[in-house]
Amino acid sequence: MDSPLRLITTEVTPADELARTLEALLVVASQPLPLEELAAAAEADPARVEEALELVAERFSEERGGIVLEHVAGGFAFRASAAASEACARLFEKPIEKGLSQAALETLAIVAYLGPLSRPEIARIRGVNVDGVVAGLAERGLVAEGGRENEFGAIRYRTTPLFERIFGLESLAALPRADDLGADVREIRGRLEQVAEKRPA
Amino acid sequence: MPAVRELELDLDAFEGPFDLLLSLVLREELPLQEVDLAQIVLAFVEHLADKGELDLDACGEFLILISSLLELKARAMFPEEEAELAELEPEEAAEELARRLAEYRRAKEAAHWLRDRLDERRDLHFRLGPAPLAPQPERKLAPQDPEKLLAALRLLAVEPPSPSTAHMALRFPPVSQFLDRWRSLLRRRSRFDFDQEVEGLSRVEVAVASSRSSSCASRTRWRSRRRRRSRR
Repeated sequence: MDSPLRLITTEVTPADELARTLEALLVVASQPLPLEELAAAAEADPARVEEALELVAERFSEERGGIVLEHVAGGFAFRASAAASEACARLFEKPIEKGLSQAALETLAIVAYLGPLSRPEIARIRGVNVDGVVAGLAERGLVAEGGRENEFGAIRYRTTPLFERIFGLESLAALPRADDLGADVREIRGRLEQVAEKRPA
Repeated sequence: MPAVRELELDLDAFEGPFDLLLSLVLREELPLQEVDLAQIVLAFVEHLADKGELDLDACGEFLILISSLLELKARAMFPEEEAELAELEPEEAAEELARRLAEYRRAKEAAHWLRDRLDERRDLHFRLGPAPLAPQPERKLAPQDPEKLLAALRLLAVEPPSPSTAHMALRFPPVSQFLDRWRSLLRRRSRFDFDQEVEGLSRVEVAVASSRSSSCASRTRWRSRRRRRSRR
């Protein structure tokens, strides 16, 4: 009776059990599941779900296996480990982010930071017509219609959860702060003046 | 100069003569933002090259037209700011320009950041599926009165009136009418022109008239040009 095997406990704690349920939910889901949705499906308290998710994250990490839990697009989802990337790439394409042009990324950045925005508003910032670019982004599912300027106004666009997923963002708040990007107005002003002085009157 | 106005264009947003494009734009039926003006310039240059001679009048007119289109397009891109910017002092205008450049610079930097992010995640794969089926909202009907439902059903159960086919029936004019007419005619004359007599009558009436006239023909010879024509 007192064999060493008894050292391996087969007892399942409630947290373990909840973690198993969460794993099951995540493997069935085709997109990130928010905490509340997981809690509702598992019929468990969100605080307990959060704890159980930590267990899941521990089990499914880059070090432990081929499946990794990530917190992305406002929810939790499984992805393949980076170690398995080559094998995955042999079998699967990544059609959404494949061949995104500079114009597409700039437009995406503008919509992500300042959206929802209409196409003329985006065009005002980029200085060129963006109709084709926006249509392409909408086709990829990275932006979607999000209301109108007014009842009869232009359609406004916002980024989608898929955008956050593709770029690995927990939410739009995970983007770098706009103030940390690019030169400030004063610096550009200074450069403009330099150009103006060089110009023959 | 007709050469410019008749210039045939084949653009993404428009296909046809330049003249038509101009009038559509001026009538605001074609948004100028959708027209690629560079393509028009290319088409004109190609047109010039095809002709092989430099038509200065045409070039002058083209320059005027294309430059006004460019101005219109530029204004259309900033509709509400047009007045606003014109009122700015040079100092403020410079400030505004710098602000816009900074805004665009930020967008470029952000795009750069997104590109790096994509590169970082290039090796990461995950399952992408269609959006899950949203639970269908339960349709709630207003409380219904069974009596009303019954009344509505009764209305539907009533046999519909059978459609009338009266308009399809051929209406033959009374045979006697023509019989009398031919008889009185033949009493007065020995021959008459059938076509002339039936002029203005419908096909059915002509057919009846013809059948009656042949029954009268035993007494009198009658000739119909119509018959002779149809035999040929």
